[in-house]
Amino acid sequence: MTDSGRSAAVVIGKDGLAALVEVLVERGRTVIGPTARDGAIVLAELASAEQLPYGWGVELEAGHYRLRPREDGMAFAHSAGPQSWKTYLHPQRVRQWSAERGPGGEVTLRADSDPAPSYAFLGVRPCDLRAIAIQDRVLTGGTYADPAYRDRRDGAFLVVVECTDPGATCFCVSMGTGPGVGEGDDEGYDLALTEVLDDAGHRFWARAGSAEGAEVLALLPRQQGLGTVAAEATATAARESVTAAAGRMGRSMPPVSLQRLMAGSLDAKRWDDVAARCLTCGNCTMACPTCFCTTTEDVTDLTGDHAERWSTWDSCFDLDFSHLHGGPVRESARSRYRQWLTHKLGTWHDQFGSSGCVGCGRCIVWCPVGIDITEEAAALHAETWSMLESPEGGARP
Amino acid sequence: MSANPKLAVWKLASCDGCQLTLLDCEDELLALSGKVEITHFLEASSAAGPGPYDLSLVEGSVTTVADAERIRHIRAVSRRLVTIGACATAGGIQALRNFADVEEFRAAVYARPDYIDTLATSTPVSAHVPVDFELRGCPIDRRQLLEVISAHLAGRKPGISRHSVCFECKRRGTVCVTVAHGTPCLGPVTHAGCGAICPAYGRGCYGCFGPSASTNLPALIPRLRTNGLDDRDVVRLLRTFNAYAPDFAEASTALERDEGSTP
Repeated sequence: MTDSGRSAAVVIGKDGLAALVEVLVERGRTVIGPTARDGAIVLAELASAEQLPYGWGVELEAGHYRLRPREDGMAFAHSAGPQSWKTYLHPQRVRQWSAERGPGGEVTLRADSDPAPSYAFLGVRPCDLRAIAIQDRVLTGGTYADPAYRDRRDGAFLVVVECTDPGATCFCVSMGTGPGVGEGDDEGYDLALTEVLDDAGHRFWARAGSAEGAEVLALLPRQQGLGTVAAEATATAARESVTAAAGRMGRSMPPVSLQRLMAGSLDAKRWDDVAARCLTCGNCTMACPTCFCTTTEDVTDLTGDHAERWSTWDSCFDLDFSHLHGGPVRESARSRYRQWLTHKLGTWHDQFGSSGCVGCGRCIVWCPVGIDITEEAAALHAETWSMLESPEGGARP
Repeated sequence: MSANPKLAVWKLASCDGCQLTLLDCEDELLALSGKVEITHFLEASSAAGPGPYDLSLVEGSVTTVADAERIRHIRAVSRRLVTIGACATAGGIQALRNFADVEEFRAAVYARPDYIDTLATSTPVSAHVPVDFELRGCPIDRRQLLEVISAHLAGRKPGISRHSVCFECKRRGTVCVTVAHGTPCLGPVTHAGCGAICPAYGRGCYGCFGPSASTNLPALIPRLRTNGLDDRDVVRLLRTFNAYAPDFAEASTALERDEGSTP
């Protein structure tokens, strides 16, 4: 931390959190955050901090999600829910342009350029902060940047909340994405909070990661000023609780280069095994915070004088995703699951310079039949390892 | 002679709900009638004009010898034939007879069984004549019907997805009823198109759009069991409006066979 002032770490209470939502709304932001609805913690527009899921936790397993009341009344003691921030940054359906044909046959093309909402995201988990960075790279980092995504993203104010209660399907430690965030101006967030609950009370250790973050933080009512013994104690408690969370990951990836593992297991028998269980329903890709694929739909109306082009979330599990002349290239479930996993963990590195997986565990939870990405990677590793150890000296089938 | 393409709507064994969907396009009916000549549509008008027709929409399944003849005639007088709804695309609810003895039904249901002249099976139109496009649903979705007609008029392929209902739940932000509530749901094997209405109201999908293009029933059935269904329940769930759709029929028949072989 070099920039003076921004290192100001302060402690706010529940009233401070309420003020944070108020300040962000007053600044014209659409505040999105977690709230309990329909038996899950979903993301929704918040008018006040009272809508945060105080007193709700979650029970997670492969193909299983249950909301559980928490007596401690914590707001952020839950892990990844059914949605991710791509719901807002990379919406499921976006019109790209529309065209009108006039009476004389002349065609007028109109690009869609509605101003992007000015979002504030409250409760971004560290794994999801990384997921946003990955989508930034994918959608704006190359030659064909998506300007609409960039507008939504550039205007977004991110409030990270570190993880203190990981779920049974979490493995951010394996992927190096959590449960805490770094400190400083280049971490990608505007504010970082850590929820602390102990004998000294329910409070949040807060620090700024940008100039605007510092500006907002300065407007919030503080429980304890910087440098006081109590503030230091809160910071220490917060750090300890994040460290403890790192030791309570429910899942882990095999500690090998997953990129090399994927490249070396293309012919593994395990793909047949997982294909027999896979519904090819597409839930994993829709729930994944980094899956970005879209399809293009051109529509016309009955008159034929009005046409529109829409971009819609698609999935490599959709048979028509790989439809070329004559039919789909990846017809079998095996080929589609393998495409997804080898891209996510392997070729993503070649294409975008990082893994496509952040260890949030959503694909495990929201798979209706509970296919577990960590279990599949471990099985591929076990199978490939035994081949490498075989007397033939590593010949692959 | 009108310059507009001629549209015909036909009905075989069905409840009329799918062709009613066309009349339900209230806001678009004027635009539609400006672009097509609705030549033959008995539910809307008893004045039926002569063929041939550019686009025929066919509702209903083939359950009689007369209908088996009639669908051949319809095909012969139609440039493009689109089947609409579960009856026309999969045989409908009346295809439950395909898993039973139609003679028994006839004797049990009708006071004068000899008045009833019917085939032993209810079959989709595609089992009798070539079909250009099948629009799913019980009933079909209004917007999808307009898309099929608009696409026909523009000479393009209809933008109708063949993937699962799960895509639609996730896109609209519906919390998965199977994962979060333990509710049995056919969404992962069911053809999209309804917009995932039932899960949005906390109910499981009951498959009224029939199987998606890529199903794995043997993988889903154990999940339905852990959500509280026994094999008979699963057979019932699969045997509704799309009972005779190949993927559903194969799975329900296999379950019945396994049940029968259990001592």
